[in-house]
Amino acid sequence: MAMKIRTLRRHVNESFKSLGRNGWMTFASVSAVTVSLVLVGLFLMVMFNLNKIAGDIESDVEVRVYLDQSITQAQQDALEQDLKEVKNVQSVQFQSKKQGLNSLMKSLGNDKKSFADLQKENPLPNAFILKTKKPEQTIHVANQVRDLPNVTDVRYGKGTVEKLFHFIRIARNVGIVLIIGLLFTSVFLIANTIKLTIVARRREIEIMKLVGATNAFVRWPYFIEGLVMGILGSVIPVVLVMVVYRFAYYGLGGNLQQMFIRLIPYHTMTTNLSLLLVGIGAIIGVWGSMSSVRKFLKV
Amino acid sequence: MEDVILMQNVWKAYPNGVMALNGIDLSVKQGEFVYIVGPSGAGKSTFIKMIFRELKPTRGKIFINNKNIANLRERQVPYFRRKIGVVFQDFRLLPKLTVYENVAFALEVIEEHPRTIKKRVMEVLDLVGLKHKMRSFPDQLSGGEQQRVSIARSICNRPPVLIADEPTGNLDPETSWQIMDVFKRINEQGTTIVMATHNRDIVNKIRHRVIALEGGMIVRDQQEGDYGYED
Repeated sequence: MAMKIRTLRRHVNESFKSLGRNGWMTFASVSAVTVSLVLVGLFLMVMFNLNKIAGDIESDVEVRVYLDQSITQAQQDALEQDLKEVKNVQSVQFQSKKQGLNSLMKSLGNDKKSFADLQKENPLPNAFILKTKKPEQTIHVANQVRDLPNVTDVRYGKGTVEKLFHFIRIARNVGIVLIIGLLFTSVFLIANTIKLTIVARRREIEIMKLVGATNAFVRWPYFIEGLVMGILGSVIPVVLVMVVYRFAYYGLGGNLQQMFIRLIPYHTMTTNLSLLLVGIGAIIGVWGSMSSVRKFLKV
Repeated sequence: MEDVILMQNVWKAYPNGVMALNGIDLSVKQGEFVYIVGPSGAGKSTFIKMIFRELKPTRGKIFINNKNIANLRERQVPYFRRKIGVVFQDFRLLPKLTVYENVAFALEVIEEHPRTIKKRVMEVLDLVGLKHKMRSFPDQLSGGEQQRVSIARSICNRPPVLIADEPTGNLDPETSWQIMDVFKRINEQGTTIVMATHNRDIVNKIRHRVIALEGGMIVRDQQEGDYGYED
């Protein structure tokens, strides 16, 4: 059922009229949405990045088995065979000393000059890189391969991943509880604002229903009202997210990269997060208003 | 003549157990003018509310224009209401809208075309004799004038049936006659009118069919009847 433009214009007019009439309540509701979404925005900004970092590290969960420099090709092949037979090992990959240096340089960024010396005389040994089936198996696998012949050293993540995951889990749970509380408060405030509008127009609605206006027709202005409040409430959070992430990404990102940590790119982050915030705002608004209207429409 | 309203064995029990209507059988032809009379609590209001589907019968069938509205789906109710005009004792006008806007509102919310609205509003305001007051607000009008606005609103969609629940209940006798005059004109255009009333003078003077309710039953159904009982 397509709505006539004239009707849509009427609904939009009606909703802005009552948004204005209940100015203070509108302001309070929009502010509540704003506060909630600011927190949601900052929280998600951190969580998304922590998740990405954890993911990066996790896919990096590997055991590096460094080889004796004097190893023969036959010994090396035998070792590779042995490594493949260790329990819980998913893959075994050979990494020459040259490849090792390249991947180190890559992970440290573009600053190739400081590696110039290293390229002349590469101190890295040849290595096998083992991937385990699950991150938590690294320790066990590392201990098993340490005693194999021609192995000089074994390196692995040493629990950093576990610590990070543990932290993410706690942060997520605390954040989610807090945010859900705030979101419900916003929904409640919007529902209340809409309720005021509806009470002020009870007579109007009564007459509308009496002369045969459809429920949808009665509902539309309130739907728009809620939507507008929700979206207005997401404006400041979106701007804030853009500013804060610009600072975090361009200001802090460089330092973090020295520590092998890469943040989510600026545009990916701000685009997705902005859309998400506007979406959440819209849902809060519409949900609040529709929950009010439902009670009043039973005429 | 067609039955505009046909009730078959209609019962209504309220959730609190009160039986408001006890087996009503009734037929109203197109163009009739019917008074519904009876003491308070006789079921008049329930009867009226049944006709425009504010209430559903507990049992029985109610045909309006040959359509059984007892089993009408909720979403169809608005479209049904467009074929029934309703007038109340308390006018139910919107105080912030002018006379013109109050009538136009009823057509706007059913998404009539603006040109149709303008034309039709002027017609009905002319019919109730208030064209010259179209820019006034309800509180600038007398009770009788307000009721005429409400009547104009109820008929602007050309409903075949007009329901009036105590339309003169808040008005002085003289004004009441004016309202009856408006009803007469509307009735002469072919609209069926069902009017619940306590106004003995009107019923006795302007003779129409009288249906008397008592204890939720029809106790009298008389052409050219009189009010017939003491209040």
